[in-house]
Amino acid sequence: MSRVAAETVEQVRSLGDRYKYGFVTDIESEQAPKGLNEDIVRFISAIKEEPEWLLAWRLEAFRHWQTMTEPDWAKLGIPMIDYQDAYYYSAPKQKEGPKSLDEVDPELLATYDKLGIPLREQEMLAGVAVDAVFDSVSVATTFKAKLEEHGVIFCPISEAVQKYPELVRKYLGTVVPYTDNFFATLNSAVFTDGSFVFVPKGVRCPMELSTYFRINAANTGQFERTLIVAEDSSYVSYLEGCTAPMRDEHQLHAAVVELVALDDAEIKYSTVQNWYPGDENGIGGIFNFVTKRGACIGARSKISWTQVETGSAITWKYPSCMLHGADSVGEFYSIAITNNYQQADTGTKMVHMGPRSRSRVISKGISAGRASNAYRGLVKMLPGAASARNYTQCDSLLIGSHCGAHTFPYIESQNRSARVEHEATTSKIDEDQLFYCRQRCIDEEEAVALIVNGFCREVLQQLPMEFAVEAQKLVGISLEGSVG
Amino acid sequence: MLEIRDLHVSVEGRAILNGLDLSVGLGEIHAVMGPNGSGKSTLSYILSGREGYAVDRGEALYDGRDLLALEPEERAAAGVFLAFQYPVEIPGVGTMTFLRTALNALRRGRGEDELDAMQFLRVVREKARALGIGEDMLKRALNVGFSGGEKKRNEMLQLALLEPRLAILDETDSGLDIDALKVVAEGVNALRSPDRAMLIITHYQRLLDHIVPDRVHVLAKGRILRSGGSELARELEARGYTDILSEAA
Repeated sequence: MSRVAAETVEQVRSLGDRYKYGFVTDIESEQAPKGLNEDIVRFISAIKEEPEWLLAWRLEAFRHWQTMTEPDWAKLGIPMIDYQDAYYYSAPKQKEGPKSLDEVDPELLATYDKLGIPLREQEMLAGVAVDAVFDSVSVATTFKAKLEEHGVIFCPISEAVQKYPELVRKYLGTVVPYTDNFFATLNSAVFTDGSFVFVPKGVRCPMELSTYFRINAANTGQFERTLIVAEDSSYVSYLEGCTAPMRDEHQLHAAVVELVALDDAEIKYSTVQNWYPGDENGIGGIFNFVTKRGACIGARSKISWTQVETGSAITWKYPSCMLHGADSVGEFYSIAITNNYQQADTGTKMVHMGPRSRSRVISKGISAGRASNAYRGLVKMLPGAASARNYTQCDSLLIGSHCGAHTFPYIESQNRSARVEHEATTSKIDEDQLFYCRQRCIDEEEAVALIVNGFCREVLQQLPMEFAVEAQKLVGISLEGSVG
Repeated sequence: MLEIRDLHVSVEGRAILNGLDLSVGLGEIHAVMGPNGSGKSTLSYILSGREGYAVDRGEALYDGRDLLALEPEERAAAGVFLAFQYPVEIPGVGTMTFLRTALNALRRGRGEDELDAMQFLRVVREKARALGIGEDMLKRALNVGFSGGEKKRNEMLQLALLEPRLAILDETDSGLDIDALKVVAEGVNALRSPDRAMLIITHYQRLLDHIVPDRVHVLAKGRILRSGGSELARELEARGYTDILSEAA
């Protein structure tokens, strides 16, 4: 092994200490009994005072889930998960739901401060509204009033069920049906909270919306459900961030995100995923099994996914676009970084149905340590997709000699006028590049961060400006641990 | 300031330098000339700390310190700069970003405050202008798609920006047309200073028409075979290396 590789391994080894979000908040919580059965589903629904139709939907999902088995086609080694050995509901104890931020438990505010997400509006990033989800419930949503002035609804989904039941009922499960896949079906049965966004016709949402997910309690799964609806000619940009304490046991995160874009609407959805990745020996870490899908229902609608995936022990995630509308556009920009024993099988599905629909996929996979990183992408041109186009570019970067990168493109075309392009490259960080940087006084850690950031640039540029700098830093930290 | 004594260096067991002695004083410009395969690039790499070169015997003292024991970035912080023969490309990393990262890393290494974006911009613009480098070149990814001349000019810009105590120019003249060569030479001459030493490694004499060295050394077969004043360069140009090589044989 060359010295560079040896040093990289050394850096990688010390990374376990460098997950700076690994603390636990000591807060009293209310939990459902351990395990999963119909009573738990009813318990969750009851505690949220849900209408009958939603309970019925959950129960149908639960019954269907019992007939299903976990998917095993991904390039992942997933240990057996005992679904009975987890809590499906955990919430910080509060007398009543907080009416305003002044009533939020100071311990919780402090937690988010520590995570770099101040919830007090005067301290916040100007122009970003935040919904903070702690374990199973939303604890605070900022800038609600300002958004309401524009007719934009941004609230916890459990609140939306109470206040806007007809909207939720109209769209919930229309993009990801409860029968969709093992984890989405489980989510449909037991989802606890998440965000709901509704942007009415012709409105350009005046600020970035953001949800921050935090898993705190031990042995607790997080099953959030996010639903974003953009009516005709509206625009919204949404960002989610996530972290979790360092624990030796694995924790399950099985979220569902549904996006609906009507005529000429545009949704930009960005994720900075930094769940606890496990330690340098692969102990602990989050299992991140997420179903994200957007439906470009309307003509000329556009959905753009940008993801920066640096955390989790295992990531199984394929943010997708169903391009129904004529001239609709789907985009997927992804950076997936795996280190130590992390595994990621991630990519996208672009399903073209509308004529002249277009999609663009830019995926950057970075592997270090003993990690495995797979890109899996489906591009499907259905008979209606006349003159549709897809461009996919998949680049992998390897650091050290014990990691792996794999690309699995699936291309199906049922329309002869459709055009699909796929390009893939694999490279290693070059010793010449490292030496050049070091000769200019840039040490090896900083040099790797610089080179990797350059490699990811096309994707980083897609992030909202407020978060791009953070993401850039995160890219460095995930590989080096020079901070924290 | 630089004392190389009896230096023996090998690469994968193959001896490249065989007892090289060289002494460079502060404020001096020395040229090291030699035929292909004489060990010129090895000399620049061993002084700057590239991996893969084994020191079998001898030493190199830099201001009295054991230069060969330092990591490349420590040498850079101590003021050693290498202008590369083949500057590398780093896709996606803007030239400006790279220059700022390097300058601030160096300033940290020297215990100075980092420059903020505005201060940096002012400094880099001024230095770039002097070398005829336009803003657009600074915005492009580092060396990606640069012509040979642009790459060399970018090395000169870094030299000007990082203000080293010891600058090593490894075949900076290769692949340059006469105009680019003049720009490089003017850049070097402008940086001539009593506080700086320069080691110009070259195959041809033509760069030395524009930069007049204090001393010229002939490197062949891994050793300095002859040293002299600047007239030695012209003698080599006229007569080639053959005579010296046969004298040494």
